[in-house]
Amino acid sequence: MDYVIEMLHITKKFPGIIANDDITIQLKKGEIHALLGENGAGKSTLMSVLFGLYQPEEGVIKVRGQEAKIKGPLDANALGIGMVHQHFKLVHNFTVLQNIVLGMETVEKGFLKMDDARKKVMDLSQRYNLFIDPDALISDITVGMQQRVEILKMLYRDNEIMIFDEPTAVLTPQEIDELMLIMKNLTAEGKSILFITHKLNEIKAVADRCSVLRRGKYIGTVDVADTTKDQMSEMMVGRKVNLTVEKAPSKPGDVILEVEGLSVDARMEGHTKKLVSDVSFQVRRGEIVCIAGIDGNGQSELVQAITGLRPANEGLIRLNGKDVTKKSIRYKNTHGLSHIPEDRHKHGLVLDYNLAYNGVLQQYFEPEFQSHGFLKNDAIYEYAGKLISNFDIRSGEGAVTVTRSMSGGNQQKVIVAREITRKHDLLLAVQPTRGLDVGAIEYIHSELVKQRDSGSAILLISLELDEVMNLSDRILVIFEGHIVAELDPKQVTVQELGLYMAGSKKEGKTDEDK
Amino acid sequence: MKTNKNRDYVGVLSSVFAIVIGLLVGLVVLLLCNPSQALPGFFTILTGAFTHGMRGVGQVFYYATPIILTGLSVGFAFKTGVFNIGTPGQFLMGGFGAVYAGIMWEQLGPVHWAAALLASIVLGSLWGLVPGILKAYFNVNVVISCIMMNYIGLYLVNWTVRSCKPLFNTLRNESKNVAATAVIPKMGLDKIFPGSSVNGGILIAIIVVILIYVMLNKTAFGYELKAVGYNQDAGKYAGINEKRNVVVSMMIAGAIAGLAGGLLYLAGTGKHIEIKDVLGSEGFTGISVALLGLSHPIGVLFSGLFIAYLTAGGFYLQLFEFSTEIIDIIVAVIIYFSAFALIVKSILSKIKENRAGKEGGSEG
Repeated sequence: MDYVIEMLHITKKFPGIIANDDITIQLKKGEIHALLGENGAGKSTLMSVLFGLYQPEEGVIKVRGQEAKIKGPLDANALGIGMVHQHFKLVHNFTVLQNIVLGMETVEKGFLKMDDARKKVMDLSQRYNLFIDPDALISDITVGMQQRVEILKMLYRDNEIMIFDEPTAVLTPQEIDELMLIMKNLTAEGKSILFITHKLNEIKAVADRCSVLRRGKYIGTVDVADTTKDQMSEMMVGRKVNLTVEKAPSKPGDVILEVEGLSVDARMEGHTKKLVSDVSFQVRRGEIVCIAGIDGNGQSELVQAITGLRPANEGLIRLNGKDVTKKSIRYKNTHGLSHIPEDRHKHGLVLDYNLAYNGVLQQYFEPEFQSHGFLKNDAIYEYAGKLISNFDIRSGEGAVTVTRSMSGGNQQKVIVAREITRKHDLLLAVQPTRGLDVGAIEYIHSELVKQRDSGSAILLISLELDEVMNLSDRILVIFEGHIVAELDPKQVTVQELGLYMAGSKKEGKTDEDK
Repeated sequence: MKTNKNRDYVGVLSSVFAIVIGLLVGLVVLLLCNPSQALPGFFTILTGAFTHGMRGVGQVFYYATPIILTGLSVGFAFKTGVFNIGTPGQFLMGGFGAVYAGIMWEQLGPVHWAAALLASIVLGSLWGLVPGILKAYFNVNVVISCIMMNYIGLYLVNWTVRSCKPLFNTLRNESKNVAATAVIPKMGLDKIFPGSSVNGGILIAIIVVILIYVMLNKTAFGYELKAVGYNQDAGKYAGINEKRNVVVSMMIAGAIAGLAGGLLYLAGTGKHIEIKDVLGSEGFTGISVALLGLSHPIGVLFSGLFIAYLTAGGFYLQLFEFSTEIIDIIVAVIIYFSAFALIVKSILSKIKENRAGKEGGSEG
């Protein structure tokens, strides 16, 4: 069997950390090869090495048996290697066709000649069953379609080797199934796929072989067909992992959060659009209520209105029975609200502060950490030490690590640790496990359940259906700013939930009945 | 905040690197102008400040006083996330406040100079407050509003000084001398540095540097200011009133620059507000000082002293028939290269990495 890509004994070091330690990965022609690993295991570094963004200290890369020196993405592209990034790299106000040819435009005497390009794109789209509308603007099409555009981009460039970096994070279950089909089609046509993911289901569904990395080290490559999910997660985490959350039935207590008729408008030139429209619900002590929905259906705005990051245009928000609609963020923070924000870089962390300072972001003014206006550094670092050991936060230099230099998963852990450790009645968790590995997800899930059992009210916003199904006691489905259904996770299937989320099924339990 | 000592060390090293390059370029310029005198001239730049012993050292402190503070003003604003290019205007307004109070409030007696300094602080902070409010509540770019405020300040001061009889010296087209009680006391420095223009201003400047350092690094208030400076959204998320913070930090930056003006015009060295359409260089030099000092209060203190030292030495370049502008060229090159600090940093850390790799093999 010949390999299209061989990365042999790759070692890449950064100050204080060996990101890749003697890693060998061989991609066969026509296979889907999964790359599995925790956050900070070195997957992204390895891909950056393959794309020439980093030069490895040791090891060689062979493409189709020839040793290759890859100095940058252009070299990689010339060798037929393409990548679909987790966050798509598309120009939003260009059409699908323009995006596909971008950088490889066919020109004649300096003028664009789109006809040839259009023909080639349409041929490719037919051949691989990638349905697109070449003249639609990227901003108007769904995320699933945007992903198809990214795949077509690679095909248009005649890439033989395709890397998918966590491609399913933003898709609905139906779209995921579709993507799996597309990937199989591609390999049937002789393409080779490297598939980066933490989701074991997906590996089971499509991958032929799977290579596992753990803490920068190469653990092994297995045939997916002969390996169980439990075995793979054990390889990845280094211990046995419990994949389903064990929890007792909830015992809802007092109402902690009450949202009544909440609306949030988008201010656009000339007209307003309701992003959240007349939403009402309650969250009680001791229950996990999950708002499920596809990204961009108003859940971010709903949360921002509750936390105060964005003003609500109509409606009431009560926390512990008190009206807090017009109260400051500081008031809410100190009166029982903990918030794991959606965007950890934008809101969750001051990236240039060290871990310890980020650990007290909403508490630095409390008497515990401050006296007479001066910070009590000893207390702050001691507190950080507690967070680090309780939540197994890994960083180069412990509490003094600047958070910017930490891996995404560990940054998330800092936030989760801070918000859970703070005294709170309501925990607002927005995609708390986004970008985390199985071990960390397991930990955060069990921690959320523990919080619930110790009497917190938890409002979970999640795009991951497994998470929604596993954790929640009640599910509210949000679609285009409306709550379209209230479901019991025990009585609904994932497929049904997906249909509600996609807006093709509605239920009359809420007063927003259409 | 505790940081990695290595990182600080690399930062200082890159500034030193910029200084060395700047001086070398200065040497080249000297060689091009007059090769025979170049080496003695260069030697003068490096040591000229000591030509008259302690008097020269005193002169360095005198030159350093205002630029340390304008540098601190810019550096402090940088740390809190705004680019205060309004130092020339705040500096001039502060100077004007001091001169006005210094001439008009003679009845205050022994606290006259302190009251005049207070006036400079108030006017300076007012000139910082306006761009701060515009930025926080109307999202006006600070750089633009600061530049506007510079010119508003310049012409306002010109007009007021000229039209206010008790302030204006018609013969010399500048402000009159301030009252003797308004001149900043020597605080014993004249005994240590006899014959120089140094006065208590340098001590006040050092105290302000220390105050700002403590405020930024040890207090909850500084924590807030820096958090908003690094990431305004996270500041908001943390419940910090980020709009108020921008206003307050611009006010403080303005106050520091205003104080710089007060200290210069009350030094009793014959410095007057001249009626001309040019902004004083001390304000803009502050940007250079802040850049070279990496915006760190203590760094700013030393970079201010260093630039003052070069300026004092450069004065003697005239002995070799060079013009003193060469010092400006050197300083400009230094700033130019300290703006490359990032590149230098990455080169230095790569060298270190290589060395560590050779010596220790694998250690992480």
